[in-house]
Amino acid sequence: MAETQRPLSPHLQIYKWQVQMVTSILHRATGIALSVGALIFVWWLVALAAGEDAFNQFKVCVGSPLGIILLIGWTWSFFYHLCNGIRHLVQDAGAGYTIVQFVRSSWASVIVSLLLTLVVVGYGLSAGGAA
Amino acid sequence: MSANAKDLRHPLKRARGLGSAQHGVSHWWTQRTTATALVVLGLWFVVLVLGHLHSDYATVRAMVAKPWNAVLLIAFLVTMFWHAVLGMQVVVEDYVHTRWKEIFLLVAIKFIAVLSVLAGALAVLRVALGA
Repeated sequence: MAETQRPLSPHLQIYKWQVQMVTSILHRATGIALSVGALIFVWWLVALAAGEDAFNQFKVCVGSPLGIILLIGWTWSFFYHLCNGIRHLVQDAGAGYTIVQFVRSSWASVIVSLLLTLVVVGYGLSAGGAA
Repeated sequence: MSANAKDLRHPLKRARGLGSAQHGVSHWWTQRTTATALVVLGLWFVVLVLGHLHSDYATVRAMVAKPWNAVLLIAFLVTMFWHAVLGMQVVVEDYVHTRWKEIFLLVAIKFIAVLSVLAGALAVLRVALGA
């Protein structure tokens, strides 16, 4: 890149932090997390087909403290990626592009995803402990 | 280096004469189409799982074996991995700048995704067909 005379955009640390940056970064991060989570979904299906022992082994792993923490993380990742994904689809349709709407919808993605996670995790834990 | 400082294109672009790979629009649309399907399939899946958090092996098998559940589970599986491959591709292209590592990761992600979908679909079919 030494010889380039093209204008370069400054990197992240130049900018003041604002919610739109956070939603964008989180969308990628949760997308990567969910890609890994998709493998757990396959593990669940394969264990189910393999027999009761394999299925119980899966339940023990997922129901362990580490498993529960990961599940909660994936639950929030799912709801965040869902909420912010819908926000992106709306923006792809050309709506919600004023700065005020942009900031408001960013906060909505974060807050709604946290609320949905609370509801689902609350239900999961109150329904009687390990999955 | 071009003498014309106003030309914003990198000289390498002209030298190679490649330009766009022409796959961008299809990638963009497929990402949005799978995203739209995943809004519905994802919410359906969460409700399904929440209803079976503490079900025993036989109950979960019977649930997966129901034709509509089997069909939607395979649809969810295919759509999710398709969407994940498209998303991970962009992440790798953005952040991995060593060409051989980039190619390796792009191919590895596709291999893992295809194997996961095949394994998951076979598992659902085994349960649904009682094999």
